[in-house]
Amino acid sequence: MESPLPLQSLRVGGAELLFDGVKEHQVTLPSQSEPWDMKQLLVWIQRNLLKERPELFVQGDSVRPGILVLINDADWELMGELEYQLQDQDNVVFISTLHGG
Amino acid sequence: MADEVSCLKAQLSEREEEILALKRKLARLEKSHTSVLKLHDKVTNLEPLPAKASLCNEDIMRYSRQLLLPELSVQGQLRLSKTSVLVVGCGGLGCPLAQYLAAAGIGRLGLLDYDEVELSNLHRQVLHGEESQGQAKALSAAGAVRRLNSTVECVPYHLQLSSENAMQLLQQYDIVADCSDNVPTRYLVNDACVLSGKPLVSASALRMEGQLTVYNYRGGPCYRCLYPRPPPPETVTNCSDGGVLGVVPGIMGCLQALEVLKIASGQGSSCGQQLVIFDAQDTRFRSIRLRPKQAGCAVCGENPTVTQLVDYESLCGSAATDKCRRLNLLSRDQRITVQDYKSILDNGVSHLLLDVRPLVEVDICHLPFSVNIPLSSLEERKCEHIRLLQERIRQLKEQMAGDCRPAVYVICKLGNDSQKAVQVLEKMSGSDVDEITAKDICGGLMAWAQKIDPSFPQY
Repeated sequence: MESPLPLQSLRVGGAELLFDGVKEHQVTLPSQSEPWDMKQLLVWIQRNLLKERPELFVQGDSVRPGILVLINDADWELMGELEYQLQDQDNVVFISTLHGG
Repeated sequence: MADEVSCLKAQLSEREEEILALKRKLARLEKSHTSVLKLHDKVTNLEPLPAKASLCNEDIMRYSRQLLLPELSVQGQLRLSKTSVLVVGCGGLGCPLAQYLAAAGIGRLGLLDYDEVELSNLHRQVLHGEESQGQAKALSAAGAVRRLNSTVECVPYHLQLSSENAMQLLQQYDIVADCSDNVPTRYLVNDACVLSGKPLVSASALRMEGQLTVYNYRGGPCYRCLYPRPPPPETVTNCSDGGVLGVVPGIMGCLQALEVLKIASGQGSSCGQQLVIFDAQDTRFRSIRLRPKQAGCAVCGENPTVTQLVDYESLCGSAATDKCRRLNLLSRDQRITVQDYKSILDNGVSHLLLDVRPLVEVDICHLPFSVNIPLSSLEERKCEHIRLLQERIRQLKEQMAGDCRPAVYVICKLGNDSQKAVQVLEKMSGSDVDEITAKDICGGLMAWAQKIDPSFPQY
């Protein structure tokens, strides 16, 4: 019998204006039989961290235009975007693009 | 006899040198005082930048401290003098950028800005002074840059960069720096850089954060590779709404200058596929590895759909400025003017004045009889604020004779958030709170300051 996957602990940061002004959340995802991927994490964040106005964070099943997702200091495009399977201790940061000058 | 001759010769050559030095000084003074900086209100074709074969003695002295660097050296300095850079936006990023490029001896600086200098710019736009208020930013910046280094050729453009003029302008420059303050201009500058093959050194800043990347450089990604679709306009915050600590764009503009100088001198930039994020709160820089150039990119990909400049304001759904938008969410009978509100006050009509700005803005200034509940608290139905509102409406009802609905007038800075708040209050009326009539005050506190009470501060 396969042993259940260990609980995944992540750091989720950035977009603090959406996350109640908190810059970084230490997050423990509930254990499940398959590894967590980014697509599931976005849904989980929406339900658990974002209280208001989800349209400022997600659009369809991805993040809205103008938010860049970083996984361990790399653009998530390099990591497989929504399909990326999260590892324990990963650092996921949502960056709002700035336009001011 | 021979002694006397050589002594006279020495004295003569000393005098000659003195005369030469005086002539040089005179020429410099005449150049900086008689040649008036010509402000360009449209794009014209400039003469090519003359190539310098060698550095003169004055150049050597002026740039000596950077000539000593093997990374730059004489060759790099000569390359700088042959390089032209277009600075799009002479604000918080463009000022320090232009300053350091001029100080370092760049050949030609195009300084573009459609705007004029205002008092609220001075905390971050450090080339402009109190005496430049009302002057075109491009001209003010060019004047300051020329005082610093008169050997740099400055071309001030007092115009809005557009799909019509961008290609002709960018083709005349070697490197483009995006120091703009709005989304449409960022897409416009990117596309024009891709279409004309120019590297784009781009930075941005807001509140206590900054970002920097070099786009379209040595096969790296362009802005559209990273951001194929523009953000929804309501998610974009500008400096006049969100605020910015002046030194933050200052630091980012200096970083832009660094990358421009490395590209111009031949050292090359390492930011071509990298995003540098500056967190000014924690004084921390982070370097992010970015995606490569995208084969499917609409402008720099293999089958581009954008082959000429488009309408960027309609692409982004917003204007190419950082001035605040004027919303129009309510019908005319849901709004009153500041003059209407003044007569309500003068006639002693019972009402509640609700100020829906964030607390940090209420601390700057507020009307003494207003009750502050920020729009976000209303939208989130924050318990303590809803209780406060219920309480004040109940008190108001007690004061009022008969059973007419209590009037709630909503005010904010400019009259945008107050309209949103009226919409929230209308949903709450009769459920979360007693039935009320909510109206917003057009133009907000800034209209109050301009039309009713000139002693009220503006920000």
